[in-house]
Amino acid sequence: MAHDSINGESASARIVVLGGGTGGTLAANRLRRSLGASARVTVVDQGDRHVYQPGLLFVPFGHRRAAELTRPRADQLRGGIEFVQSRVDRVDLPARMVHLATHPPIGYDVLVIATGAVLVPDETEGLAAALAAGKDVHTFYSLDGAQALARRLDAFDGGHVIVNIVDLPIKCPVAPLEFCFLADSYFRHRGIRDRVRLTYATPLDAAFTKPVAAKELAGLLQRKDIELVTDFSTGTVDGSRNTLTSFDGRELRFDLAVVVPLHNGADFVTDSAGLGDELGFVTVDPHTLQSTVDERVFAIGDAAALPASKAGSVAHFEGEVLVENIRRLLAGEPLTARFDGHTNCFVETGAGKALLIDFNYDTEPQPGRYPNSVGMPLLREARLNHLGKLLFQPLYWHVLLPGHDLPGLGSAMPVRGKRNSSPRAASSIGAGNTKG
Amino acid sequence: MPTATYAAHEIAVDDEGFFTDPSQWTEQLAPEIARAAGLGELNERQWRVVRFMRAQYEQTGAGPSVRALAKASGIPIKELYELFPKGPAKLAARIAGIPKPRGCI
Repeated sequence: MAHDSINGESASARIVVLGGGTGGTLAANRLRRSLGASARVTVVDQGDRHVYQPGLLFVPFGHRRAAELTRPRADQLRGGIEFVQSRVDRVDLPARMVHLATHPPIGYDVLVIATGAVLVPDETEGLAAALAAGKDVHTFYSLDGAQALARRLDAFDGGHVIVNIVDLPIKCPVAPLEFCFLADSYFRHRGIRDRVRLTYATPLDAAFTKPVAAKELAGLLQRKDIELVTDFSTGTVDGSRNTLTSFDGRELRFDLAVVVPLHNGADFVTDSAGLGDELGFVTVDPHTLQSTVDERVFAIGDAAALPASKAGSVAHFEGEVLVENIRRLLAGEPLTARFDGHTNCFVETGAGKALLIDFNYDTEPQPGRYPNSVGMPLLREARLNHLGKLLFQPLYWHVLLPGHDLPGLGSAMPVRGKRNSSPRAASSIGAGNTKG
Repeated sequence: MPTATYAAHEIAVDDEGFFTDPSQWTEQLAPEIARAAGLGELNERQWRVVRFMRAQYEQTGAGPSVRALAKASGIPIKELYELFPKGPAKLAARIAGIPKPRGCI
């Protein structure tokens, strides 16, 4: 039963979190900790398998087994949080009611949408059939897909490998580039790199969206002898002729295609009028994370339509802001917590190294160190960054999902330790960034 | 900052020809920008896309991606590429006098 007042005089507010992935789990745990008994928190998810998605990248190369990457969703929630397993049919905003496929409807005072992004290979001509055939077209964006690709790579002994993003937005936009770098290492390790031609085909006009990082990443592709095909907007995937055709009529022939399918938001967002954009991502204020159409609705993580990456680090940095704004809404206070678009990605570059990029809505990835002047090197290949990425997996389960802050890292993007590549602009970034 | 001249108006543009000040745009400029981009006379379908891009920009502060454009305008992506070869979202954005669609990050 929904409460009539938002002002916190009721003993217990009902908060429903849709989605038990990275964003939903950490949001629920933070809400529980922040609000205690003053709120009843329920998490709804259609399945009970929580996948550590950053690990999918390593499965095709045999560096991770599927079993190491999954845990039960319910086990990641703090005591006192209710878990309901059901698909979501739709949200009735005026009635403040969530309709579920296999469970009675649930009323809410505040709704958090954290249902992520879903792969929609059927929106690209030929792709769903080619993936289902399991021959020469694969993806590593699902656990099953990554495992099938591991078997295909194992049997691969030479030819043209194309890594292709159909179109954006996608989860972890650097992952396809990382796949290229790791594939280069993998084929070298197997001693067959000279028999493999590697191509990265992207719909973007450069290797990456952010110009400074794009330049660095394009240089890496070149050094590793990976061809870059830009402005390639995939129209058709032909799994029997082994071709990708772009909408402007270019054709690429492959022996193995690793394709990242289109992503949409969850179906119920599209089916709940006004809640989302054309692709089913929830339209929210980019700073408060509150829905633009309903003050009681918030979104976190990949489910939100924000000008930020769809990445776990974004969900993590959003968590603190989301929970503070929900607390404020329930207390009748203005929503003053603001998300700055902070994103942080470890980019695996192969051979035990990685580079690290860190940026927000307003600032490009910059060189320097993170999170301060003695931290990990930014925008530069280093062993330390690779170790950082490996170390992240236990932190994900034990610090990030439970909703703790990472030591020394708040939500806002740090500027200490960064140097701007343009000396003229350096003074506008603030103190502490002049270290060369 | 470079400029371009359309219909005797000097327009501030970025390196790729996108308007840096969308308020400088009027519908009269669109045919000239299209000609300069090698498109020829704008037909009714192309106008529909240009006006749609403009309206989206005014509503949301950004031009839509090709996918969003196709879903919202009801014009299939294939046809959008026929109307604006070499990248509908970017070309239509230029003609509509709005910044380059950010794409997603």
